[in-house]
Amino acid sequence: MGEQADTVPLMGFRAPLSAEIALARAAAGLSRLAGAGGGTTVPGKLLWKLDPGAVDRLAARLPLGAALVSATNGKTTTSAMAARILAPVARLAHNRSGANLVSGVASALLASRGAELGLFEVDEAALPEVARRLRPRAVCLGNLFRDQLDRYGELELVAARWRAAVEELPGETALIVNGDDPQVGDLAHGHAQATVFGLDDPRHASPTLQHAADSKWCVRCGTPYVYEAAYIGHLGDYRCPSCGHARPHLDVVARAVDLHGLEGISFELETPEGSSRVELSVPGLYNVYNALAAAALTRALGVPLETIVAGLQGFSAAFGRFERIALGDRTLLTLLIKNPAGANEVVRTLVAGDPPHVLLIALNDEIADGRDVSWIWDVDFEPLLGSLERLVATGERAAELALRFKYAGLPEDAIEVVPELDAALDRGLELTPAGAELVALPTYTAMLALRELVAGRGFVRPYWEEAAA
Amino acid sequence: MRIAVGHLFPDYLNIYADRGNIAVLTRRAAWRGHELEVEAIGAGDELRPGAHDLYYIGGGQDREQELIAPALAALGEPLREAVSGGAALLAVCGGYQLLGRAYRDQSGDELPGVGLFPLHTVAGDRRMIGDVLLECELEPGERRTLAGFENHAGRTYLDDGAEPLGRVLAGFGNNGESGYEGCRAGRAIGTYLHGPLLPRNPWLADWLLAQALAQRTGEAPSFEPLADDLEAAAHEVSAGRARTRGGRY
Repeated sequence: MGEQADTVPLMGFRAPLSAEIALARAAAGLSRLAGAGGGTTVPGKLLWKLDPGAVDRLAARLPLGAALVSATNGKTTTSAMAARILAPVARLAHNRSGANLVSGVASALLASRGAELGLFEVDEAALPEVARRLRPRAVCLGNLFRDQLDRYGELELVAARWRAAVEELPGETALIVNGDDPQVGDLAHGHAQATVFGLDDPRHASPTLQHAADSKWCVRCGTPYVYEAAYIGHLGDYRCPSCGHARPHLDVVARAVDLHGLEGISFELETPEGSSRVELSVPGLYNVYNALAAAALTRALGVPLETIVAGLQGFSAAFGRFERIALGDRTLLTLLIKNPAGANEVVRTLVAGDPPHVLLIALNDEIADGRDVSWIWDVDFEPLLGSLERLVATGERAAELALRFKYAGLPEDAIEVVPELDAALDRGLELTPAGAELVALPTYTAMLALRELVAGRGFVRPYWEEAAA
Repeated sequence: MRIAVGHLFPDYLNIYADRGNIAVLTRRAAWRGHELEVEAIGAGDELRPGAHDLYYIGGGQDREQELIAPALAALGEPLREAVSGGAALLAVCGGYQLLGRAYRDQSGDELPGVGLFPLHTVAGDRRMIGDVLLECELEPGERRTLAGFENHAGRTYLDDGAEPLGRVLAGFGNNGESGYEGCRAGRAIGTYLHGPLLPRNPWLADWLLAQALAQRTGEAPSFEPLADDLEAAAHEVSAGRARTRGGRY
């Protein structure tokens, strides 16, 4: 599909390209005026329809090239961290609101005139096509977990597509992979410019593999791996007792990790160029992985260690992933949940802090959330039950979510089903004492709706305005 | 009363939140004063006919199914004996396929099956993904609906005279053409429906528990109804999804 752009001279398309771009940019403005949300993908979709090869040529204009980030979990946060690190270094074209299909990348390219470097988070399934079109300078691959099987198909399928995409990468493209994920770490095998990152702190290992662990069997021979330490799902220090396939040597490592509840984390960042202590103001072990990925990626782009550390320490939160919003005399803490592995880490982080007494969970089943909601039964919500006094279940599949907690053992009179999001938010706030914090766990489209709702009440700027800022 | 459950290959076959089904069986048994004891049965374990009142087998991804198929086939004879001896069984998705005679994958290779259900499965090109709604009549005159989610590349074909689990009201079902879904053989139920299946269809959970108790006592008890308002609401939404968007590629 990407052949057209590679075989025609760029110059010949100059004039039509700029006309298309002008049209697509106008569409962004119109879509915003029409109230269709941020207009973040409308111009890209239009351009994509008018001329699919235009994406390739727009990207080719970036003087410093493009870097791609993909993963089941953490791609938005990793990209946001990398953007923070790169801010003093280069003007970025960055799809920061998470529109991560080819059309989203096209929209980000259209919206950033004068950008020097492209930084794009890319949907796992869209990675092969985006990589083929953009011929990136660097590709950072974080992890593969079961996620929206109705949309992506089975994990093996995504892994096979990634393997094919990596094989097609130009030899000079820097490849950055998470060595703690057996499927992803194995992609470094045979690639000349590979960097492997991972975590080394057995104090934070789970006593057993979590229920949501996926790649438990050796990628080479199918024997169950033995884990020296399993950190998140199947991420950890593994070795196959049968054929010896093991976690590769780590180039960029996090050691001596300290978790400070919901307030943040700190760790020792080790790179071949030196080490430094990093203090992050976002919580959870999963954010150590995100920070490692961002550090390894920006290092591969030539950013020095002190700039990397400064960027990570200046990072606050990615869009909707961990956001505190003041709502009058209460605060709303929003943590996105979208699949078992990610939701488990959200639960683990909440429990390690001051576990909530009131919880608002919003479960939608649109395409972006996954139409199959069975994943909520794979999440270990149980650790929350110790402190939970009231659950407000909302969203299109509120009743299903309520059942998840009922069969986990939460008394039925502690569960309120309020399908409408605005009413549920009001109810959650009503149950939250003045000065206290309401924790909300929305799925993706529910997160967008919740943010819009709060923006409508004047407490936060719409994300397209932030993106433009 | 104690209800002994044999959970086949839980480490490998758990893709669509199969533990949700086990949680529903456990709680609903406990609310009636019965205790569910779940034992994992894996590769190399013995399966003794008569030791369990109910068997459960879930779904897996292709790789897991391939890894486990030979070990499961090795348990075929005692499992068939246990079920023909009166044990109840619920098989979902991949487990349902593997309890048929055989599963032929896209490359034409055949995975051996257990032969408990009179059916065979052939992998197709396009996955059949979406919400499903069935009408079942497990007991004469008692028509009930089942709402769930299906996601399978396999097309399952029942032998002539085999009894399906239900008629498809919305969705693809066994193979997208027959108009039927699942298979029933005595107290054994096989189906593509996950979601998981039992939380939003508690009547089937109660039917399975009653069959398991019947294996133990000789008679299926009639349970007192429980307050199933949340279950009914979840069923309603799921059934609505099947009607508006089930059965489409």
